[in-house]
Amino acid sequence: MTARPPLTWRLGLEDDIAVAASGHAGVTAEWAWRGATGRGVRVCVVDSGIEPDHPMVGRIDGSYAVRAGADGGAVVVESEAGDSCGHGTACAGIIRSIAPECELHSVQVLGAGFSGTGDAFVTGLRWAIDQGFDVVSLSLSTRRRHLAEPLRELGDLAYFRGTVLVASAHNLPVESFPWRFSSVISVGSHAENDPDLILYNPRPPVEFFAHGSEVEVAWPGGGRTRCTGNSFATPHVAGRCALIMSKHPGLTPFQVKTVLYQTSQNVREER
Amino acid sequence: MNANSEIVAAISTAVAGSDQDHRVLLQSIVDTARVIFEASASSIFLVNEEHGDLVFEAVSGEGEAFLVGRRFPSTKGIAGWVLNSRDALIVNDLSTSTVFARDIAESTAYVPGALMAAPLIYEDEALGVLEVLDPRPGARTGIDELTLLTLFAGQASAALRIVQRNRHARRILDGADGELGELAAIVSTLAQGDNGRREAGLRLIRSLHELLVDNRS
Repeated sequence: MTARPPLTWRLGLEDDIAVAASGHAGVTAEWAWRGATGRGVRVCVVDSGIEPDHPMVGRIDGSYAVRAGADGGAVVVESEAGDSCGHGTACAGIIRSIAPECELHSVQVLGAGFSGTGDAFVTGLRWAIDQGFDVVSLSLSTRRRHLAEPLRELGDLAYFRGTVLVASAHNLPVESFPWRFSSVISVGSHAENDPDLILYNPRPPVEFFAHGSEVEVAWPGGGRTRCTGNSFATPHVAGRCALIMSKHPGLTPFQVKTVLYQTSQNVREER
Repeated sequence: MNANSEIVAAISTAVAGSDQDHRVLLQSIVDTARVIFEASASSIFLVNEEHGDLVFEAVSGEGEAFLVGRRFPSTKGIAGWVLNSRDALIVNDLSTSTVFARDIAESTAYVPGALMAAPLIYEDEALGVLEVLDPRPGARTGIDELTLLTLFAGQASAALRIVQRNRHARRILDGADGELGELAAIVSTLAQGDNGRREAGLRLIRSLHELLVDNRS
């Protein structure tokens, strides 16, 4: 006999909603992510691509790009195009430095020959969510108002399917998307020169702040350099999420965000 | 927009400001950026709509005398990085940066040691890049300075959008064998004349208009 599909949204019986919980005090950095390597966690960088064989990035488990399909619409195809400008490689290198054993995948949506309309961004993100990646790192946003609703729907879809979206906040107080949606983990840059420091912001919409100043990043051509950029903070948090999910498989995006909050340095220090 | 309204818009835009006026506006932006960040130079690049290259539109400081109008591929250098990623960036030691287009810098006769760059975005379209070369060390390293640069780039983006619209209008005017351009020049002269000349000119144009309408009917 097949299970009857649910007819209404309902909470369920008491036994159905029992959730294993750790006490608030038990959620420390030590418990949450210390000692983890990211093993078993699939991370996708939706950006300008990733340069293959870069020493700061290492193995890339999948490389894709958004291109114009036969009907002119955007489609995702396997790609050997590498990185169109270096931005995605820089972000991937940061994730690798934090979670050295995670799987790294790339979807090129910037400079992909199908950019400018925002369609590439939406198509690439939808594809990444459909693949069921554990973490998607988005160091980009759009100010196009008509994309707000599709991106909000994708944010919710990812949230309910168990994909953690980590998105860069705009560094000015302007409306851009998808970082403003509560379904994603939004990240800005703090001014401290500490790659391990993640701070919770009690005055959202930007929820977390991480290292974006004087960051050593992977540069095209196998190089590296030290630079400052708002979007470098996001892969620091994406990497931390990969560690948490590696040590605690099965956590939902809500739980991962809660663990991030509970292990943020300013939250711990205030106890 | 139909053909007639596009022509009206083109003439209005062309009459509203010359390329020289806009150059003054862009120049004031790079001059101010240079002072704010105590830098050796500052430049604005615009993506050329026809060939897609980045073109020096305004330069303050090093290279000011000869760089305006020079172009290079929009995929090269840190300007290309910033344009394509739409992300502002500070690099404090360019000697270690493989992205830095040293050949382009050397061709401009000035090789900076540090650089700040922000994309110029208007309504989500990347129009160009604002660069600040060799800012004073204390004025460049942090996120706050990057935010200030991004804020300033918003002003440059609006100015650059006006320049782009003006040039688009100019192309439409020049496209009809220059006839519409002549018409725009007449309207512009009329607008700039004193009250007496303007009134006399308008009387002449009204007469011409009546004559043309009579002949058509």
